[in-house]
Amino acid sequence: MLTQGFAVLLSHWWRHKLQFAMLLLGLALATALWSAVQAINGEARASYARAAAVVGQDRLEQLTTADGTHIPQESYIALRKAGWLVSPVLEGEKRFGGERLRILGVDPITLPADAAQVDVGAADIGLARFITAPGVFIMSGETAARLKGVDTPPIRISDALPPGTVLTDIGIAQQVLDAPGQLSRLLLAPRQPTEARPLAEVAPGLVRRAPAVESDLSRLTDSFHLNLTAFGLLAFAVGLFIVHSAIGLAFEQRRPVIRTLRALGLPLRTLVLLMVVELLVLSTVAGLIGVALGYGVASLLLPDVAASLRGLYGAEVPGTLSIRPSVWGLGLAIAVAGTLVSAASRLWRIATMPLLAPARPRAWSLASERALRLQAVGGILLLVAAWLVVQFGSGLVAGFSALGAMLLGAALLLPLVLSLLLKLGERLSKGVIAQWFWADTRQQLPGLSLALMALLLALAANAGVGTMVQSFRLTFVGWLDQRLPSELYVSTRSNDESQKVHDWLASRSDAVLPIWNTEVRMFGQPVQVFGIADHATYRDYWPMLEAMPDAWDRIARGEGALANEQLARRQKLALGDMIPLEGGHKLPLVGIFSDYGNPKGQVIIGVRLLETLYPDASRLRYAVRIAHDKAPKLAEELRATFDLPEENVVNQTTIKDFSLKIFERTFAVTAALNVLTLGVAAIAIFASLLTLSGMRLSQLAPAWAMGLTLKRLALLEILRSVALASFTMLAAVPVGLGLAWMLLAVINVEAFGWRLPMHVFPMDWLRLFLLAVASAIIAALLPALWLTRRQPADLVKVFANER
Amino acid sequence: MLLDLEDVSKSYPTGEGVLQVLRGVSLSLDAGESLALTGESGSGKSTLLHLAGGLDRPDSGAIRFEGKDIAGLGDVELAAFRRVSVGLVFQQFNLIPSLDVAANLAFQARLGDRYDAAWSEWLTERLGLSKLLDRYPEQLSGGQQQRVAIGRALAGRPQLILADEPTGNLDEATGDAILELMLALMRETGAALLMVTHSNRLASRLGRRLHLAAGKLG
Repeated sequence: MLTQGFAVLLSHWWRHKLQFAMLLLGLALATALWSAVQAINGEARASYARAAAVVGQDRLEQLTTADGTHIPQESYIALRKAGWLVSPVLEGEKRFGGERLRILGVDPITLPADAAQVDVGAADIGLARFITAPGVFIMSGETAARLKGVDTPPIRISDALPPGTVLTDIGIAQQVLDAPGQLSRLLLAPRQPTEARPLAEVAPGLVRRAPAVESDLSRLTDSFHLNLTAFGLLAFAVGLFIVHSAIGLAFEQRRPVIRTLRALGLPLRTLVLLMVVELLVLSTVAGLIGVALGYGVASLLLPDVAASLRGLYGAEVPGTLSIRPSVWGLGLAIAVAGTLVSAASRLWRIATMPLLAPARPRAWSLASERALRLQAVGGILLLVAAWLVVQFGSGLVAGFSALGAMLLGAALLLPLVLSLLLKLGERLSKGVIAQWFWADTRQQLPGLSLALMALLLALAANAGVGTMVQSFRLTFVGWLDQRLPSELYVSTRSNDESQKVHDWLASRSDAVLPIWNTEVRMFGQPVQVFGIADHATYRDYWPMLEAMPDAWDRIARGEGALANEQLARRQKLALGDMIPLEGGHKLPLVGIFSDYGNPKGQVIIGVRLLETLYPDASRLRYAVRIAHDKAPKLAEELRATFDLPEENVVNQTTIKDFSLKIFERTFAVTAALNVLTLGVAAIAIFASLLTLSGMRLSQLAPAWAMGLTLKRLALLEILRSVALASFTMLAAVPVGLGLAWMLLAVINVEAFGWRLPMHVFPMDWLRLFLLAVASAIIAALLPALWLTRRQPADLVKVFANER
Repeated sequence: MLLDLEDVSKSYPTGEGVLQVLRGVSLSLDAGESLALTGESGSGKSTLLHLAGGLDRPDSGAIRFEGKDIAGLGDVELAAFRRVSVGLVFQQFNLIPSLDVAANLAFQARLGDRYDAAWSEWLTERLGLSKLLDRYPEQLSGGQQQRVAIGRALAGRPQLILADEPTGNLDEATGDAILELMLALMRETGAALLMVTHSNRLASRLGRRLHLAAGKLG
């Protein structure tokens, strides 16, 4: 009985191969985009975990200074002498060629076994070679490939290290980072001798820190990955519309069969069980295809994501994917869960359907106005809920919840809005064909509404995210002009060279402005402290969001500090609040400036004060003011005089171009996901039109019989698709604007710590509109073509008594 | 002569080969005449009706309407022929579900640019549909739907009405009333009627009858 019943159910798909293909395609595509995002996120998180695990930071307790500044080497020696089993680590960043590398210096002799990921005593490295000049740089194969042709100490490969990280001896690291006698932290061996003298007595400035379970990178990039996940979910939801639509149609078409099966003695419970099994099989197959496709998409997107993470956060993620069971498991689970959710209402209807219920398929076209209104009420309630969450909620999860509620609410409201627009079209039209066109389009609405809702989501996401990215771009370009007003930017290689370059430039330019900085821990997070000179360049151009009237004077006198927007937002700092600096020194906050693209907090103080408070600050960079036309010649002379590499003297345009390039790559993933989501929505429309095309024949045949040619009917079918896509686009504009506003005013502030002004770009909407129309034409083309090729015999069957 | 079919044959490909539906059928119909076509299921009645109405083309033979051969017309000309000269009434009614009764009644007449408001109003009144004009097909009974279909067929004052089992979906009393109404309207408009039916009783009420068996007129 079970086999017979199951065979009958499956025979439906055999006879409706296209419907079957669309169901599999919809589910596979939905799973693919979701899995792609999961694979990318998984790769990135594994990379952060590897970065956190380097030299045992995630497992071993550490000693650091309370304010995050460097530890003098003497403290380490004192601790060792006092019996403490500690091992020194120096960490810093250094540019080699075009690559910025994270240098980790360790002492292989004292390094606890828990922290030794790489055996430096191994034959290909050798302890003696590791600890003596020129030392050895151990790094991943991917990093080594990026350093080809760059002058570095001998390189050895170890894939235990994340990309962009170099492990070397602490002495070599101190030389490379120009930090003699300095340490970043001390690793504590798990077992310390009990007789060791108390820490407060030996090294009073140091504090014990628990192992860093979650790295700064992981915390910083959380929002980026949440954004990606949200996009993956959106794409999955759009894909589910196809699934829901295909399953709905299949269930409706099988109502007579189901009645017959029950009448012939198949128990209802068995029947429902068989249908669930059928769905499980289908979703597992589609899920497997989807995850495999997802890996393909992920491998295409990963280079851009890696570039984004490097550009935005300085986070290194490998450019290749590894197969993760969790991605397969989650992909299959979401495919199965999504299918069951999509089919739940249909299964329920079958389970509660009386045996003698009318067997005629209740085509979607009979869906009542009442259902449409109920759906619209649900939509309005969701929109109200979104508004309430924005008003009273906080945090990233609340932001995304509001976003989801708004999108779903708008989608549910769409059929009613379209119905009203089509009714208006019917009322305004005069000709008989126009009147029929609008009325017939309105009748198709229930059958197409799911696909149109998917299109609305995709278009709104495109319009919204596009508006956000373009607003960001416009603001960013303006901000770059303010932030980079100097004609040349010079990086020197040592403090000695820095002084000489400064002196040389002083007599040849209008101004030489130091860009000196150090990185400290402030408010429990890494913060960059910059020192700047008192100069009109800053007073005239600096991108202040708010400032005290005498802010620049106070900074010049060493009596005030500026903070970037993200630090101010994170710490809820207001003007006048105190900023804690080195040695208990505190300065009032006198201004907050915008600092887009920087994940870290930044504080700016007078350069003299920086020299006093942070004598070890890097003093290698300068901004040079000079007449624009004289800058190229000066740059050339400077390079020649000091034998500086090309990249150490760059002009304003080069930096701006570079920054914009990073910006473009950062949003390349968003753009790609946007296009893919739109593609899925186009397939949803195509799938709906295709499955409906069979049902359309009986609706179109009377019009054909009364004198409309098939070509004209086919053209009207395409026009219908265009009209629906156009109206959906009209509805998508306000939804997209709402989405953009939420991204700019809620999500970005929570995720990145900055708020951007919103701009509108009507030309982008026009482009999107044309894209939507093109998608609609392509989706309708095939069914329309089929219609023109119909033989009269097919059409007259509609009228035949024997039918 | 209004309609003249001469030696018309028609076949359809099927899974098991070619099915010969009509074999050299000839018949004619004058203006204002009514002709019933009877026969068993599958005898080719509906196919003959479709050929006469320009819904399909014969494999061979001629179909002349007012002396002009319509079998050789292209799609556009055939569509124009159907718009202007033919009214169709089917067993399944085949109304346009998205249009209300008023729009359904006027549809073909307006399509053929032959809409006459006064005539349409008279017809609506005569068919007893005046109070149903804003209803949609799904809100009507079978008899009401068939009355709308008849009104639609006659609204453009075509010369030829083709009816395929017009009462087949109705109970006997309603079917009789509908047929009576249709015949009265034919007489009033002067249109010719070619009707396909299983029923000898109904066929006997028309001016002439022909029997079709295995694709041939008996």
